[in-house]
Amino acid sequence: MKYIDEFRDAELVKKTVAEIRRVVTRPHTIMEICGGQTHAIMHFGLDQLLPPEIELVHGPGCPVCVTPLEQIDKALAIAARPDVIFTSYGDMLRVPGSGRDLFSVRAAGGDVRVVYSPLDAVKIAQQNPDKQVVFFAIGFETTAPANAMSVVQAQAMGVTNFSVLVSHVCVPPAMHAILGSPDSRVQGFLAAGHVCAVMGYWEYPPIAAQYQTPMVVTGFEPLDILQGILMTVYQLEEGRVEVENGYPRAVTFDGNKPAQAVINRVFEVCDRKWRGIGVIPASGWRLRPEFSQFNAEERFDVGDIQPEESPLCQAGLVLQGLLKPDGCLAFGKECAPEHPLGATMVSAEGACAAYYRYRRGLEIKD
Amino acid sequence: MCLGVPGKITAIYDASGLKMGKVDFGGVTREACLEYLPDVQVGDYTVIHVGFAISQISEEDAMETLKLLNEIADIGEELGVQPGEVKA
Ligand code: SF4
Repeated sequence: MKYIDEFRDAELVKKTVAEIRRVVTRPHTIMEICGGQTHAIMHFGLDQLLPPEIELVHGPGCPVCVTPLEQIDKALAIAARPDVIFTSYGDMLRVPGSGRDLFSVRAAGGDVRVVYSPLDAVKIAQQNPDKQVVFFAIGFETTAPANAMSVVQAQAMGVTNFSVLVSHVCVPPAMHAILGSPDSRVQGFLAAGHVCAVMGYWEYPPIAAQYQTPMVVTGFEPLDILQGILMTVYQLEEGRVEVENGYPRAVTFDGNKPAQAVINRVFEVCDRKWRGIGVIPASGWRLRPEFSQFNAEERFDVGDIQPEESPLCQAGLVLQGLLKPDGCLAFGKECAPEHPLGATMVSAEGACAAYYRYRRGLEIKD
Repeated sequence: MCLGVPGKITAIYDASGLKMGKVDFGGVTREACLEYLPDVQVGDYTVIHVGFAISQISEEDAMETLKLLNEIADIGEELGVQPGEVKA
C-alpha cells in the first residue's frame, strides 16, 4: 500500500540501522511516548536491530491505559442502565474497571456498542430517540478532533439524547511530568507523529530547552521509527538539543488549525488523573460549560465510586518507563490478555500487551 | 487509537452539513469526515483517525524522506559499514 510499503523497505531498514551503528559512540536512553510506536517496535523487532548502546523505554502514550479507573467505573455504571446505549472505541471494552469490564456489562444485558467513529454514536442517538446514547470520549490529541466534532454535530442537529463521558489527556504535560521526575532516565524523545499531525509541534521547543532533551517528531512505519531514532542519536552525539521533524509527509509545525479550533471550542484544559501515574496538572481536556448539556457526568448520577486497582499491577511504573513489562511479577502469569489485571495488558497500544504478543520469554508458559 | 492509516480519497460529498468522503485503504473503502481538511481533493492521500482525516500526506515530503535515508545510508557504506554486517 502506498505510504506503507516504501517505509517498510528491508534494504533501507538495514542501511538505516547500519548508519545508527556507525554514529553511536556511547549509551543513550530514548523514549517513544506513543504506544502505537511501542507496538510497531515490538512487532518488527526494531529494538533488536539496534546497537546495545541504545535503550528504548516505552512511554505513557496509550489512551486506553491511562484513562483513570474512576472514569472506567463511571462508564460501567452508566452502561449498565437499562435506558442507555453505551458506545465506545473497541479497545475500551476489555479494560478492567474495579472488578469488571464493559464486556461483562454487555454480557449481563447492557447495550454496549463499538463504534468506529464518534459520528456513528450521534447517528445511533438519532435512530433511537427513546434511549440515552452515551459516547466514551477518551484519547489523546489524535481522537480529540473527532470527539469534539461529535458534540458540535449533535448540537447542530438538535440531538438531545446524546452525551459524552470525556476523559481526554494531552502529551506535552506528560513530557513535563516524565522529564521533571528525579527518576527520569530519558535523554531523547520520539514525539508522537499523529498527535503532532493534529497539534503541530510548536509546544515542544520550550520543553526540549528546559530539560535539555532532543526531540524528533516520528512516524509509525519501521523506517519512520528508525529515522526518528537516527535523528535523535545524531543530536545526542553532537550535543545538540532541537525539536526536529522526522515525519514531514504528515506533520507541519502548526498542525491542523481547523481541528485545533474545534477542539478549543468544545474542550477546556483541566487537571487530569492518569491511571497508575496520578494527577498531572493541566494535562487533560473536559467539556466547556457551554456544552454541559452533553456532559454524561452531569446527566447521570452514578453514585459514589470507590475505585479499586489490582494490588499486583505495576502498570504505573511501566507507563513511566521505569519498569519493563516482563519485569512485572504478574506478567504472563496472573496477568495475560485474556485475563488482564491492568489496562496496559489490554490495548493495542499497551506496552504489556506488546511484550506479551511479541516478546514473551521462553520461560513463561501459558 | 493513535494508529492513523493512510488512505486515498475517492469521493467527496456533503452529509448532514459535514464534508464527508470515501477513502480507499488499499482495497477497503470506508467513510471518513473531511471537515478538517477544507482543501483536500479526490485523489489526495490523508491520514485517517477514528473516521476523521486529520492530515493530508505530502507526496513531495515522502519522496524527500526516502531520498534522504538513501543518501545517508550510502555515505555510511562509503565509510566502510556494510549493511550485511547487521543481523536482521
Ligand atoms: S503485566 Fe499486567 S499486572 Fe503487570 S504491569 Fe502489566 S498490566 Fe499490570
